[in-house]
Amino acid sequence: MPESTVAIKGTKEGLLIALDPSEEWQVITTELASRLDGQSAFFAGARVTIDVSTRPVRKDELSSIKALLERRGMSLWSVASESSTTIDSANALDLRATYNAPQNNSLSDDSTPMFSAEEDGTLGVMIRRTLRSGRTVHSQGHVVVFGDVNPGSEIIAGGDVIVWGRLRGNVHAGANGDTSAIVCALDMTPTQLRIAGFITVSPPDKRRKPKPEIALIRDDQIVVETWQ
Amino acid sequence: MGVNAGVTTSGSRTPAPVKRARVVTITSGKGGVGKTTTTANIGVALAKLNQRVTLIDADIGLRNLDIIMGLENRIVYDLVDVVEGRCKLRQAMIKHKQLPELYLIPSAQTRDKTAVSPADMIQLTNQLRKEMDFIIIDCPAGIERGFRNAIAPADDVLIVTNPEVSAVRDADRIIGLLEAENKGPAKLILNRVKGDMVRKGEMLSAEDVTDILAIKIIGIVPEDDTVVSSSNAGTPLALSENSRAGVAFQNIARRLMGETVPFMPLDDSPNFFKRIARLFASGQ
Repeated sequence: MPESTVAIKGTKEGLLIALDPSEEWQVITTELASRLDGQSAFFAGARVTIDVSTRPVRKDELSSIKALLERRGMSLWSVASESSTTIDSANALDLRATYNAPQNNSLSDDSTPMFSAEEDGTLGVMIRRTLRSGRTVHSQGHVVVFGDVNPGSEIIAGGDVIVWGRLRGNVHAGANGDTSAIVCALDMTPTQLRIAGFITVSPPDKRRKPKPEIALIRDDQIVVETWQ
Repeated sequence: MGVNAGVTTSGSRTPAPVKRARVVTITSGKGGVGKTTTTANIGVALAKLNQRVTLIDADIGLRNLDIIMGLENRIVYDLVDVVEGRCKLRQAMIKHKQLPELYLIPSAQTRDKTAVSPADMIQLTNQLRKEMDFIIIDCPAGIERGFRNAIAPADDVLIVTNPEVSAVRDADRIIGLLEAENKGPAKLILNRVKGDMVRKGEMLSAEDVTDILAIKIIGIVPEDDTVVSSSNAGTPLALSENSRAGVAFQNIARRLMGETVPFMPLDDSPNFFKRIARLFASGQ
């Protein structure tokens, strides 16, 4: 039974600890702690990647795992998951996050799969002011900003990003891999624009006239065209 | 925005209201943009307008304001001594050499920002409010404890920035943090502007800066070589009338008091004088 819920493997990059997504979190952490304590001297100093598969892990859960490892002289540096909740938690803790696309034959469906606004209700945020430098907005759904997005700020959305103002910060639409996501703004000069796995920067064109534009993926690249 | 507390309206009602000083914090985020120089000069300019002013150096551990004010050798007690109860508030207030209504509370050089809390700053300024017209706090660079100490008691916040992308970026962050603290809209001082570079499009203009920051400008201070020499000499520019930066600081002080003062033309001196000469020529 222990073998099935917690699997510890050595890899080139350090230890890989895979946690069974179907078992209860409490049981898993207890099991992990006792497994590590059994061979504490062997594991001390190891750099650890945690693979939680489809399980959505909250930030506090992830940080308790991190603390659990640190108490045993190990360091958590990377998280692999099929759940975007887990990926967000990992990002929030400044851990390296690897997103594995969900498997269709996966039995558990408690992960956050591709987001569908119509079916899941309106997931998203509406921000009614200017996002200033240093602000970050994360959303599984869409993000609508009623104001400017200043340089030094960041929007990461599972869905679309709409800016009713000037977009000059960093923006990532379709962050979970949705290549149909779009970004639009009244003035589109982002520091960096990403849609799903594609990335682009604004051309250094100084004397351009602000006009509403939309960015989307066409033929495997980001194109920006007039928004009408 | 009230011009100045204590201005009596027609007909005296009940006892005169207790005079409440305005606490103005001068901050920037980025270091080296001229916060301390601005604090010193605005303080001097306000005192010259017959305001009772106390300057507080909140940059604990990196004491500077006393040097620019030329008061370094008069320090006996400092801000941390007051907060920790080693002296009375009055004892830490150093009176300026020429302006009898201008005081400085220096910061401690040997401690760090954690020696004072935001609550301490509020309490200290509340003690001073009755006796002063303006309390001006020189905020340290950064967005950590020192910043939070300095803005805690603030009624008004002035953000100093230079016409550089990095300084503007930091100012933007500061504005966001102030919004989160529910401090009213901050005002901007654009420091070290070079008129000729702006004209050639090599330097951000006031419009470029407000385009991003979207807050009101309360002062535009031209780059002026005499700023450095006067800071080194401990005699802030605003003491004398004959420098462009000094006049700019005096204008900020007047605007703080509610006056409407037009912004100076941004041309640098040679052109400025040429223009005046042309003006006279055409008049004759």
